[in-house]
Amino acid sequence: MAYSDKVIDHYNNPRNVGTLDKNKKEVGTGLVGAPECGDVMRLQIEVDPETKTIIDAKFKTYGCGSAIASSSLATEWLKGKTIDEALKIDNMDIVEELSLPPVKIHCSVLAEDAIKAAINDWRIKNGLEPLKLEDHH
Amino acid sequence: MKIPIYLDNNATTPLDPRVLEAMIPYFTEKFGNAASRNHSFGWEAEEAVDYAREQVAKLINANEKEIVFTSGATEAINLAIKGVAEMYEKKGDHIITVVTEHKAVLDSCKHLERLGKKVTYLPVNKEGLIDLNQLADAITDKTILVSVMYANNEIGTIQNIREISKIVRSRGVLFMTDATQAVGKIPVDVEADGIDLLAMSGHKIYGPKGVGALYVRRKNPRVKVTAQMDGGGHERGMRSGTLNVPGIVGLGKACEIAQQEMPTESVRLAKLRDKLEHALTTTIEETYVNGSREHRLPHVSNISFNFVEGEGLMMGIKNIAVSSGSACTSASLEPSYVLKALGVNDELAHSSIRFGLGRFTTEEEIDYTIPYVQQAVARLREVSPLWEMFKEGVDFSKVEWKAH
Ligand SMILES: Cc1ncc(COP(=O)(O)O)c(C=O)c1O
Repeated sequence: MAYSDKVIDHYNNPRNVGTLDKNKKEVGTGLVGAPECGDVMRLQIEVDPETKTIIDAKFKTYGCGSAIASSSLATEWLKGKTIDEALKIDNMDIVEELSLPPVKIHCSVLAEDAIKAAINDWRIKNGLEPLKLEDHH
Repeated sequence: MKIPIYLDNNATTPLDPRVLEAMIPYFTEKFGNAASRNHSFGWEAEEAVDYAREQVAKLINANEKEIVFTSGATEAINLAIKGVAEMYEKKGDHIITVVTEHKAVLDSCKHLERLGKKVTYLPVNKEGLIDLNQLADAITDKTILVSVMYANNEIGTIQNIREISKIVRSRGVLFMTDATQAVGKIPVDVEADGIDLLAMSGHKIYGPKGVGALYVRRKNPRVKVTAQMDGGGHERGMRSGTLNVPGIVGLGKACEIAQQEMPTESVRLAKLRDKLEHALTTTIEETYVNGSREHRLPHVSNISFNFVEGEGLMMGIKNIAVSSGSACTSASLEPSYVLKALGVNDELAHSSIRFGLGRFTTEEEIDYTIPYVQQAVARLREVSPLWEMFKEGVDFSKVEWKAH
């Protein structure tokens, strides 16, 4: 199967690879997937406490090229968004942007899950109720 | 050196130019039907087929009358398993095979199970070898066939065929082997190895695709299979259909070349394979060779690069063509059933890459591959959360994974 140019670009030049200090109150960490399934994404956001804007986002992903590209793209989209805006990112937006074929849709689902998991981690750390997440699976 | 480099010779091999040359006249001026008995066009084709039959038989130390041409190993396997099940129906209804067999064997057996036959699937140890005692214990007075592959396509593990056939045949049961990956690569001898039925394929031995053969023993014992296709009764009634003369000529030539070159070629390939494997496994941390290193085809190396997913890695080494036990593309997300059968955990199975060297692999290509793979693994580990966690000493079994 051939990868789209955008997937190849994110794979070759992944944006925002790295690690934020998970102990910081402003940082939310989402770790989704499992090694035995062949995909693990860790997505982190750092949120400005005043404006609730995501000022930084980092990821690391174990998975295929589409999984790496989906999480790389997610960090790019997250930066500068408010938490409320970030929650609106839908996996199908990622599918469309990266032209993922049907067999790779699960990679985009995982990226959306990672975003929501990171937001919830941040919410819990900041004394907010975790959001109820719809189960995709 | 041409890029991309082909290191997937277990999937298929390029056609040897000498094979192509032998085939060409049979597409053009020598186009006859080998079954046309009344004119020179037919005789010419028949002669070519007879010659190819000898070339094939010679490679496995068989008699040419024991070779049935098919469209490939898949068809040969189907014919052998289903044909024996049907022919020996009165004798019994039990077949024994192995969990790491090719799908052609496993799915033929599943088909028979749906028809009410019984099948035992023997497990393998971590090297990919079956246990001989377990085999002996599995044979009953209803067993009609034991099918054990000669060498595995994913890991290259070679079964102890001689000991297996001794056990099987001493119990009066037929022994079949899918030797698709072994024939032409290592010595295969149907007499010394005690084989009653053997499946092989052209495109794994630098011959054409769409042609293969089934060896069916004619004496001690005389083996019969029921045809699985009805038609003109070609191939002594076992496989109807006008013979694929150019393909058969190619298969024959491929066998002849393989036989001539095997002694030097297997040594050359083992040296290159060992160079590659040694370099990758000693310079990259957390690498694991899958399957037996001792009982193995000379040209195969299956390595898991822990904390890097196989398909992701393949994308990073796009200048070399390899395959992976990962299954990120399949709906089930299940990694290779062969690696799982060895007891390789799912995580390492997802991280596996099969390097399959071949006749046209050069040392220069291996020298290119080594640093190329090293760099890709290092780069992907920088992006891998698992690598970071491993380096921090995180116990993976205590992490609450959100599996999907
Ligand atoms: C072990 C084994 N058996 C059977 C086959 C099927 O061979 P063919 O492609 O000739 O049908 C293959 C090749 O994919 C193989 O590796």
